[in-house]
Amino acid sequence: MSDEYDNNKSYQAQSSEVMDGSTGSVNPDIDYVRPAEVGEQDLYHGHSFIEKWVFCQDAKVIGVQYFLTAVFTGIVGLILSWLMRLQLGFPELAGFMTAEHYYQFVTMHGMIMVVYFLTALFLGGFGNYLIPLMVGARDMVFPYVNMLSFWMFFVAVAVLMASFFVPGGPTGAGWTLYPPQTILEGTPGSGMGILLMLISLSLFVIGFTMGGLNYMITILQARTRGMTLMRMPLTVWGIFTATVLAMLAFPALLVSAIMMTLDKVLQTSFFMPTILKAGEVLEYGGGSPILFQHLFWFFGHPEVYIVALPAFGIVSDLISVHARKNIFGYRMMVWAIVGIGALSFFVWAHHMYVSGMNPWFGFFFATTTLIIAVPTAMKVYNWILTLWRGNIRINTVMLWCLGFIVTFVNGGITGIFLGNVSVDVPLSDTYFVIAHFHMVMGIAPLMVIMGAVYHWFPLVAGKMLHEGLGKWHFWITFLGAYSIYFPMHYLGFIGVPRRYFEMYDSPYMTSAVGMNEFISIAAFIVGAAQFILVFNIIKTLKTGKKAEQNPWKANSLEWYTSTVPPEHGNFGERLPVVHRWPYDFSVPGAKDDFIPQTTAPSEVIHTEVEKT
Amino acid sequence: MHAGIIFLLVIIGSVLFHIFTPWYWTDIASNWGGMDDTITLTFWVGGGVFVAVCLFMIYCVFRYSHKEDRRAEYKPEDKKLEKILTWATTLGVAALLAPGLIIWNQYVNVPKNAIEVDVMAWQWGWQYRLPGADGKLGTTQVRNIADNNPFGINPDDPFGRDDIMVESDVINLENNRPVKILLRSVDVLHNWYVPQFRAKMDAVPGTVTFYWFEPNKVGEYEVLCAEYCGVGHYAMRGGVEVQDKADYEVWLSEQETFEQLSARYEKLNVDGNKLAKK
Repeated sequence: MSDEYDNNKSYQAQSSEVMDGSTGSVNPDIDYVRPAEVGEQDLYHGHSFIEKWVFCQDAKVIGVQYFLTAVFTGIVGLILSWLMRLQLGFPELAGFMTAEHYYQFVTMHGMIMVVYFLTALFLGGFGNYLIPLMVGARDMVFPYVNMLSFWMFFVAVAVLMASFFVPGGPTGAGWTLYPPQTILEGTPGSGMGILLMLISLSLFVIGFTMGGLNYMITILQARTRGMTLMRMPLTVWGIFTATVLAMLAFPALLVSAIMMTLDKVLQTSFFMPTILKAGEVLEYGGGSPILFQHLFWFFGHPEVYIVALPAFGIVSDLISVHARKNIFGYRMMVWAIVGIGALSFFVWAHHMYVSGMNPWFGFFFATTTLIIAVPTAMKVYNWILTLWRGNIRINTVMLWCLGFIVTFVNGGITGIFLGNVSVDVPLSDTYFVIAHFHMVMGIAPLMVIMGAVYHWFPLVAGKMLHEGLGKWHFWITFLGAYSIYFPMHYLGFIGVPRRYFEMYDSPYMTSAVGMNEFISIAAFIVGAAQFILVFNIIKTLKTGKKAEQNPWKANSLEWYTSTVPPEHGNFGERLPVVHRWPYDFSVPGAKDDFIPQTTAPSEVIHTEVEKT
Repeated sequence: MHAGIIFLLVIIGSVLFHIFTPWYWTDIASNWGGMDDTITLTFWVGGGVFVAVCLFMIYCVFRYSHKEDRRAEYKPEDKKLEKILTWATTLGVAALLAPGLIIWNQYVNVPKNAIEVDVMAWQWGWQYRLPGADGKLGTTQVRNIADNNPFGINPDDPFGRDDIMVESDVINLENNRPVKILLRSVDVLHNWYVPQFRAKMDAVPGTVTFYWFEPNKVGEYEVLCAEYCGVGHYAMRGGVEVQDKADYEVWLSEQETFEQLSARYEKLNVDGNKLAKK
């Protein structure tokens, strides 16, 4: 590959025609967009403070509400992780912590981060804010249901947090909630704690279904004229596919939560076999603990992609904008997102290789799991090929994207270890697993979230976040998080099991002590560094530089609203009309290095585009 | 510019860490060296891809960082390149999957000469049972478990009478003889795991699960519970002592059979009754 490249070779920047997959016949009028066939959506504008900011039907406000609530749960999750790391690194300082506490913190940390933080943040937060703006709609199609969705989520969070204050405390069953221990004594919070957890999860699923319907139908039905599916930003593709996954996967969680609630309250035996406890046989019999695991992971594995796919989509857009280059292989990127989404329903039992399920399943699930590595790898190649021959702004947003690539590739590769059935045997249930999934679905999506915050903050708040603080925030977080999770894999090689309150004196584990101290210190620093962002946001809101419209010179519709920040209804008098994909950066012959989606071919300045 | 340098240092640091790490797996003491080899292979292939992708990214950061007077290339797709990358990745993945599946095939097919060991787990401890002279374990049921029948052996099962009970959390195994671990739990999930043997499997109440290995190094090993089982999970330890045949035979002959244990309890009962009469 040579570094010399000739932009005058004219890749005929009819990109809009090339990319939308339409058939060969191009309309002679190149600016043609079919006329609207249906009228515009009526919006209910709030009149009072409560209608505007509390029970609000504007998807943008709902998005911010989701975002802030999710961030609140994330901070709780962060504090719990500090407490866990204190116990693991410096048990002598954590005298107040019993094993019960530790397991409760482990459980709540996991459940909060996966469901209430990441899922709610990507779909409820970014989904609500960005979908209508990016597809050129005035709002979600069912604004009232959308509002209910947030408040249902809010109640779910309240119920979850309430479990910290009930007798026995929150559940300490591990976030996977494997029965039978989940609802038996011997596990902390097996009384009220687990019930509140199950109720909260059920509420979350109900609330999410209301939001998810909105995201799907808005994307399918409310796109503006000219916005074909193959002209949608990858952010929208990622969120769309993730929502479809969630709508199919969450019912499995709901079902298992309901059945477990019945096992707990009515002594049914969906998941409970005959059990001998403290010398007495309990009133259960005939149920299957493994059935729960199948249901849980039928939800749980797509859940990983529910978090990952929006991150894939968002990071593609951020890289493209800040490398001033079209995303490489857009169609491949779209099909990879859809393909990964579909495959993610056929790999769930790779979480269960050593669960005691029929061992012959191992062959099937190892094969499907490694197949999923192919489209995932294609995405990675396309990200770095987008950087190649780009014109890369090394700003805070781009740093987070680069950090994402490093951590995601690292975590993806360790996924190949764990997916490959017999390699999983020695590593499963060790710290290798902890390191793997934190790298791939904790840190990597978090990098994207942070990049997205720095990228879209000027749109949401109309002010530019401070770059210097942003860079400090990035470097401390990236280097810190990497030094937490990279060495942690090696604890797994030693064989140190996860979910151990303390290691005792196993001879081969003594060497883990020093590393645990190091990891804990890094965890304290990384956690604290997140408050740089909080400080940055407060400072920016008070005294920050006002953002011009479209400060990053991006092409997608959210930057072309009538006001910044966009008001209710988004686009003023007339909805935008779309003429091209959102990745027309550095088009040869065009005067600027970006051509907005709304620019008709005949309007492109100084270009031969329209002549081709 | 400095961003690229820091990323480069991170990658170099990762490689150096891997080369010089004092934290690595324990000396293997079973036949599952193939698992270690597959891990090593995955490490070379996967690690190579990781380093290559990151170095390419870093190169781009150095070479193509923003200049006002430069334009990025405009090239939406490159079908040929995408095809090559897809096939190369598919081949690489298949090359990693194949050894994984081959070893899994060995893992789920237990050799005929393996000795069966019943590993019974509860919150929070282990106990073990070996077949007697007939070479077969008697069937069990949770409801049968009592002081005089700690494993819940069905009293009518003739195979159960001569079963050897090891009411200790340490089990002795014969060196170089395959063992089929039959896992049982009377309450919640557990997992009988010895890092040096590499193998593991959950014990699930209501069913019997299994795995096998062949210990090949004499010595004492610690058993860890590797599936979260409640608040005592971290303290649920046991032990394995791998011995040469002669030592193992001596140990085996010292263990009690189910028949002997039943007789002992009967005598205890009779003595107790006598005591009560006095």
